Amino acid sequence: MTDTPRRTALDALHRELGATMTDFAGWDMPLRYGSERDEHVAVRTRAGLFDLSHMGEITVTGPQAAALLDFALVGNIGSVAVGRARYTMICREDGGILDDLIVYRLADAEYMVVANASNAQTVLDALTERAAGFDAAVRDDRDAYALLAVQGPASPAILKSLTDADLDGLKYYAGLPGTVAGVPALIARTGYTGEDGFELFVAPGDAVKLWQALTEAGADAGLVPCGLSCRDTLRLEAGMPLYGHELTTATTPFDAGLGRVVKFEKEGDFVGRAALQAAAERAEAQPPRKLVGLVAEGRRVPRAGFSVVAGGEVVGEVTSGAPSPTLGKPIAIAYVDAAHAAPGTQGVGVDIRGSHEPYEVVALPFYKRQR
Amino acid sequence: MSNPQQLRYSKEHEWLSAVDADGVATVGITEFAANALGDVVYAQLPAVGDTVTAGETCGELESTKSVSDLYSPVTGEVTEANQDVANDPSLVNSAPFEGGWLFKVKITDEPADLLSAAEYDGFTAG
Repeated sequence: MTDTPRRTALDALHRELGATMTDFAGWDMPLRYGSERDEHVAVRTRAGLFDLSHMGEITVTGPQAAALLDFALVGNIGSVAVGRARYTMICREDGGILDDLIVYRLADAEYMVVANASNAQTVLDALTERAAGFDAAVRDDRDAYALLAVQGPASPAILKSLTDADLDGLKYYAGLPGTVAGVPALIARTGYTGEDGFELFVAPGDAVKLWQALTEAGADAGLVPCGLSCRDTLRLEAGMPLYGHELTTATTPFDAGLGRVVKFEKEGDFVGRAALQAAAERAEAQPPRKLVGLVAEGRRVPRAGFSVVAGGEVVGEVTSGAPSPTLGKPIAIAYVDAAHAAPGTQGVGVDIRGSHEPYEVVALPFYKRQR
Repeated sequence: MSNPQQLRYSKEHEWLSAVDADGVATVGITEFAANALGDVVYAQLPAVGDTVTAGETCGELESTKSVSDLYSPVTGEVTEANQDVANDPSLVNSAPFEGGWLFKVKITDEPADLLSAAEYDGFTAG
């Protein structure tokens, strides 16, 4: 990480809009433009516009691109159809999670891997190293893309007014090349908010034009610019894990309740297979801590790192917590000992600066949109 | 952002009104502090009868992303806590100098280094 934070192609626009900026993974990013609560509600009820240009894009091409990704990642990437996307993870040999990823298959022999900003270099290095012996090329495309996201129930209508692309035919976790507001874009129906929405990968030089066109097209629908703060509360309500919180190198996908992303049935070896097999058996026989949701009965907010307690004993740890604008109560995701992890378990609390506040154990997610 | 001229300010970003006939002043946090906190979602205010001490914590303000200690700008006895804020903490953001006041205190001692509006403007501009 450099001392001077990097700025996205939309930086000047954010400042014009009066955004509160924050350093995030070496990038100067908008935290919020006005009230983070209003931004959150806009995404749940109307639409929000995000600059996610800090995300790390890596292109993998070549005849053995699929084979490389099947070896390097835990998912069955070869089975992803052209135009579709897959949520997956990259693990170490010991099964620890290096990052969670979305992989788009752009063509038969071309994939785009999208990594978290904080892990982009790690993922790039790992893919490059793991590519040895494969007829495939790993390309750092972090500077090739700006990424804008339009999220919320009004987002299909907003986008439709700017593109001829077949949005109705574009399924969740699919992406197609097209033109939006005259700008060439990879249009993906993905997001991190729990709402319907789109992520638009464009050339950095086109980012301002696209942002302005979306702002204008969304004005009547109530679209507002949104920062990282509401992105965090949106994903938390949707029960989506965040690297560095729920996912770390110290956890395997099975510890995080995401064992389904590991595809043992795929052909050939993959990095972490043996350790993950052991982790899967451990999770089956003697479940470790489980990832659960906690809903506060009171109004005090649990934060990452706070202890989960029961009967005066520490039985877990909060990984993410925030006041939920949708539920109107503080919520948290926490790793909790299996004995206390069942929804409805009585007597579970969170130690909030010395006071044991009562919490209800619930299944994730906290919020699921009506379809 | 305009900081009201008639108030005085602490470097911890509280404001203090002029005292009334009973020697009681009102305390809140400034718009600068409210903006820095983000949306306030929980306010733990001192209780009526509590003794608060200048420069020491007397409560906490929790926002979406963080929790901050609330300091008292003066020493004295709390005569009232703003129940409207306890019920609706967003008042701290929407009206920090008015409906979002936090508590009233009968002052027994106050530090000499409280700032004027102009001095506080300079302090926060830096």
